[in-house]
Amino acid sequence: MASAMSPKTSGSGDAAALGDVVIGINQVTKRFDDFVAVEHANFGIRRGEFFSMLGPSGCGKTTTLRMIAGFEQPTTGQITLEGKDVSKTPPYKRNVNTVFQHYALFPHMSVFDNVAFGPRSKRTPKKEITRRVNELLEIVRLGDYADRKPGQLSGGQQQRVALARALVNYPSALLLDEPLGALDLKLRQAMQIELKRIQREVGITFVYVTHDQEEALTMSDRIAVMYEGHVEQIGSPQEIYHSPASVFVAGFIGVANLLPVNIDSISGANALIQLPGGNKVSLPIGSLAPVVGGAATIMVRPERIFVATAEPEGDLPHLKVSVTDLTFQGPIVRAAVRCADGTELVTHIGDGDDLPMLRPNDHLWLTWEIEAAKLLPGVDERHTESTESNTALIEV
Amino acid sequence: MTATVAPPVSPTIDPAPIERTFPPPWMRKVGTISLNVYAGLGLLYLFIPIFVIVIFSFNQPKGRFNIVWQEFTLANWKDPFAIPELVDAFKLSLEIAAISTGVALVFGGLIALALTRYRFRGNAFVNLFLVLPLTTPEIVLGASLASLFIAQGTDRGFLTILIAHVMFCVSFVALTVKARLRGFDWSLEDAAMDLGAGPMRTFTKVTFPLMIPGLLAAAMLSFALSLDDFIITLFNAGTEVTFPLYIFGVRQRAIPPQINVLATTVLVVSVALLIIGTVAGRMRERSRTSPH
Repeated sequence: MASAMSPKTSGSGDAAALGDVVIGINQVTKRFDDFVAVEHANFGIRRGEFFSMLGPSGCGKTTTLRMIAGFEQPTTGQITLEGKDVSKTPPYKRNVNTVFQHYALFPHMSVFDNVAFGPRSKRTPKKEITRRVNELLEIVRLGDYADRKPGQLSGGQQQRVALARALVNYPSALLLDEPLGALDLKLRQAMQIELKRIQREVGITFVYVTHDQEEALTMSDRIAVMYEGHVEQIGSPQEIYHSPASVFVAGFIGVANLLPVNIDSISGANALIQLPGGNKVSLPIGSLAPVVGGAATIMVRPERIFVATAEPEGDLPHLKVSVTDLTFQGPIVRAAVRCADGTELVTHIGDGDDLPMLRPNDHLWLTWEIEAAKLLPGVDERHTESTESNTALIEV
Repeated sequence: MTATVAPPVSPTIDPAPIERTFPPPWMRKVGTISLNVYAGLGLLYLFIPIFVIVIFSFNQPKGRFNIVWQEFTLANWKDPFAIPELVDAFKLSLEIAAISTGVALVFGGLIALALTRYRFRGNAFVNLFLVLPLTTPEIVLGASLASLFIAQGTDRGFLTILIAHVMFCVSFVALTVKARLRGFDWSLEDAAMDLGAGPMRTFTKVTFPLMIPGLLAAAMLSFALSLDDFIITLFNAGTEVTFPLYIFGVRQRAIPPQINVLATTVLVVSVALLIIGTVAGRMRERSRTSPH
């Protein structure tokens, strides 16, 4: 598989190329008056996969989900379900079901009646309804709670009722709109495992919307990272983490060091770049179209950086930095460092790194393998911002 | 800057419980008692007229006016329908209250749904028009409706009373239901549709059942308002006589104790409904929040 996918190439063609696409988002744009919520989204969701749409609030992930469910209609483009265009089909005629953010359980009905609502609406025979509802309540482990009202259940139990209710129609895909957002951390982690178990058990395609990158990495087979209405990248958690397609994706997923640089020259498939306070390196261009003198960003994950007290020999990328802060975190020491051009970077120092006792303002040399760094197009203010917020989060 | 340093205060020493010296206990006791008495008198002032009505329904009046206490009797309660005109007036009032409440529930409920569910052009105007009948003096409403009917050549009677009552009841119903719908979780409708229920089933199985408490409250309010309306009815009644109109009409010739009996009945029924409603609400609340 192409590991360095750009957002444009990863989207187009995907839907057509994949054999078993359950949901197709074909060149979908959604406008609300002047606001463009989703622009030219173009991807397919495969049968049986756990697919996440990940992004900050306002990125268009929930709007995309609502278009799949049928609560919104695309302004242009098409949504297909099992190969059929359902763009104009009302929600009650689409074979997808949703787990809502705040569950939306019917407060005046018992757990059983909540779960039975779907098959009853579809005029399923009574016996069949009872069998299916009980089966689903067993799967979500709420067999003994059939007679309770939703108000008598805990948040996690309500969550599971919502899940059973949405699965009881055996939908082509289950849509989940930040379903774990209202739960506390411990319960959320337990439910993540539970959700994966249920997905394996029922074998239904899950389309999961979240702003929590850790959640998306943990649970997904594939992730679509969205930002300001655009799909920035689609790929497996590994692809997204190791080969982000844009500066935004790099900054949004995990902790990333983003070093703004200028491209000095281009030779073949490589760009030559002078590192601030370091050597001149040659990095593969990948899918980006660089301009000599143009701005770009080098992305390196903290755990991929090696630290030395003297300038390393050889051609590996390296640069001199000064230590600004050291935080002991158990297995590693997290070192915040500043480059010659003022950029703040983060690296991990483990027991294996044979280093003397470090203090703030000490000088260090950072180095990394060529493959550890990714050259990304452009620089963006918001990413220094997001690295800082990550830093702040860890320091607290 | 001052050079003086505050003397160190040891935080470990428990501060001795402070003796409250003012107000002294006896004064506080007096305060509590007088507040209770004052509140009691206030409530009494509000309820005395109602008590008088209830008590005088057990009076055996001398002559036609039931205004001076004579002796206790159950005769009035045994024969509440002794006066045919009164019974007709009471029946008419109940009938009008029932019909106008029914009509107002349909229109008011739908208006409330539309106003909370959708953002549309003219939203603010509809809200304003809803409040108008409540804030306009009744005499203005009554008179303007009457002049409208007269100008149109409509004979005033049952229908015009009904139209007038529906008019102000719709406002009350719409506003009451709207207030109840403010916290409504509209994603419930999305959920119903998502599960395969069409718009009709979504309304009958989800939206409407959840509206019922609001509609019941609105119905009680609307019924009571219609039943006791006097001014607007007076302008638009023609030859029809409702319960309030009857009492007003006969008061110079007679005040039969049956008026008190029927009024007390209405009072008891509405208080009973209120209690049932409150208790049911409490029980529902408890079953909803209790963990078991």
